[in-house]
Amino acid sequence: MAQLSTTKLKPNEMLLNMGPQHPSTHGVCRLVLKVDGEKALEVEPVIGYLHRGMEKLAENRTYIQFLPLTDRLDYVAPLGNNQVYVQAIEELMEIEVPERADYIRVIMLELQRIASHLLFISSFGADVGAWTVLMYGFRERERLLDLLEMTTGGRMVYSYIWPGGVRYDLADGFVEKCRKEMEDLPKYLEDYKKYFYSNEIFLKRCEGVGILKKEDAVNMGVTGANLRACGLAHDVRKDDPYSIYDQLDFKVITEKGGDTLARFNMRLREIYESINIVNQALDALPKGDFRAKIPKILKPPFGEVYSRTEAPRGELSMYLVSDGESKSPFRLKIRSPSFCNLSAFPATARGAILADVVANFASIDIVLGDVDR
Amino acid sequence: MIAILDNPLVFALIKGVAGVAGIITFVSLNVLFLVWLERKVIARLQVRYGPNRAGKFGLLQPIADTVKLFVKEDIIPEKADRAVFTLAPAVAFGAAILPAVAIPFASGLMVSDLNVGILYVIALLSLGTIPVIMAGWGSNNKYTLLGAMRAVAQSLSYEIPLVLSIIGVVALAGSLSLVEITHAQENIWYVFLQPIGFIVFFIAAIAEMGRIPFDMPESESELVAGFHTEYSGMKFGLLLFAEYIHMVVASALMVLLFFGGWNIPFVTVPFILQAGVLIVKMYVVILILMWIRGTLPRVTIVQMTAIGWKVLIPLALLNILLTGVFMTL
Repeated sequence: MAQLSTTKLKPNEMLLNMGPQHPSTHGVCRLVLKVDGEKALEVEPVIGYLHRGMEKLAENRTYIQFLPLTDRLDYVAPLGNNQVYVQAIEELMEIEVPERADYIRVIMLELQRIASHLLFISSFGADVGAWTVLMYGFRERERLLDLLEMTTGGRMVYSYIWPGGVRYDLADGFVEKCRKEMEDLPKYLEDYKKYFYSNEIFLKRCEGVGILKKEDAVNMGVTGANLRACGLAHDVRKDDPYSIYDQLDFKVITEKGGDTLARFNMRLREIYESINIVNQALDALPKGDFRAKIPKILKPPFGEVYSRTEAPRGELSMYLVSDGESKSPFRLKIRSPSFCNLSAFPATARGAILADVVANFASIDIVLGDVDR
Repeated sequence: MIAILDNPLVFALIKGVAGVAGIITFVSLNVLFLVWLERKVIARLQVRYGPNRAGKFGLLQPIADTVKLFVKEDIIPEKADRAVFTLAPAVAFGAAILPAVAIPFASGLMVSDLNVGILYVIALLSLGTIPVIMAGWGSNNKYTLLGAMRAVAQSLSYEIPLVLSIIGVVALAGSLSLVEITHAQENIWYVFLQPIGFIVFFIAAIAEMGRIPFDMPESESELVAGFHTEYSGMKFGLLLFAEYIHMVVASALMVLLFFGGWNIPFVTVPFILQAGVLIVKMYVVILILMWIRGTLPRVTIVQMTAIGWKVLIPLALLNILLTGVFMTL
């Protein structure tokens, strides 16, 4: 129950339930707002509508059986979830991943990041009232999904990254098609830039809205693009490199200000960096196996591991404990970026008008599957 | 029989009823076409196809939609103020259709040639806010209430510049009659003589129609569907209908005031073509409005009122001053 619903209201105030069914809550988040007319005096997110008990489910499944479930965590970027889970198993079992598999993983992860950011741009447009942007963003995302579908066979739930490597080798013609898409994408991004940055109304809607202070962001565990929008260059890909990210040359994008516009810019600029990474990985793609030999039944030795990755939404980590005997994890803790990012939201939205609350909420880019788990 | 017709009162009554029936038919047909056109235009702007299943090019889609709305269950929320809730769509429809009777579609082709036509049209256009408040209040829902509050704030900030921007036109034409104003533009349209007035009128008219970027009372990203959140079935249909009628009337008014109505400069348009010329111009204006809707994001209510009071009203006053100076020279 929302804490706000028990507070005493002044005559000019009312409680407004935004969600769990509301066009701008991106799934089933519920925001309880104490409003005075248009002004939101207090904001309280109420979560749990999509809670499936993922962590407990993991304890009752074998390691491989849980892999498809990770797809359902952050369903906008499932490959990132596969990666963090598989990485934990590999570290625990000390499985060597073939080099080619690592390259394929990075290509796929970055394609997924681009697709996720494109979805952000489209839905953000819709939330500030520019519905046309929604369709354009989806058009480009569609091409990336086609690309992912070529190799993985899936468009939403992939289960593609597998302990020891990836499930299938790259499809025939994938490399050429991927190169072409990476060439075309910047052209579309230029169109977006032209649309957004020459649009006075859009800039006015975003500038100075929902400012997140750097200290608050750090204290509340905000990660990913939201943290970098405050000017802090934190990126797990650079700070604690996994896979082959330490061999690739890319920048960590930061923005100043920490407002909605900065968060929006972050995503748009990160797409360019991801394109750069994909191109590098395609150039250096080695030949060889795409999957190491792994036992049929995974039974990691006794031990614990904390695996960190930079998912599109921020730092996605998993803490995995194995008792060394059973075929399923003893304990799995998921540290999801959206959950922490959402916790910083109420402070930034306090005192804003309703329209700004919506724009601000859209800009932190949460996925409820990731928040509730 | 003939003798009864000779009675001026009866004749006026018959003329009035026939005229109103005619105007409702005309406007309704336009609205049906507009719904289709808007969906199609917006779809093309958004790299989609739009309706293309019912009839050729989906032209029958609005009719299919209307039939659907008629047979839908009509839900009245339990806690709603039933009388106000039920009345609001009817008032909306009435308030929207009434200004149309004073719109001349050709010289002499109008239901009622009022000598204060412009005053009447503007006054009734403002009436469109009342049903929005009724719907918002009567639904007994927080989102609709917020929508109604926004509608009031919005109408307060755009009605004044809307009226002020017309004063320049009225002064130049020396008449409040829409026919006279149109006749005065035979060779030069007022958009060239009144550029500031036109800009103010254009922006205020978009707000009056409640379209993006000023669709605050029903901004779906924030207020679900704003004032008509709780409506379903034909009640919802009527509210939607009223909005499109507003669009027809306001764009017709824009053409009459600033684009010379049925006149084409230096060409005498025969009576038979006059209505056609006006409608073509009207649709050009409507297409521009659709283009704007397909392009711009929504402003916030705070920005909207700021534009109204801080930009539009001073501009409109400046326009009146300039017109006055220009006319005394």
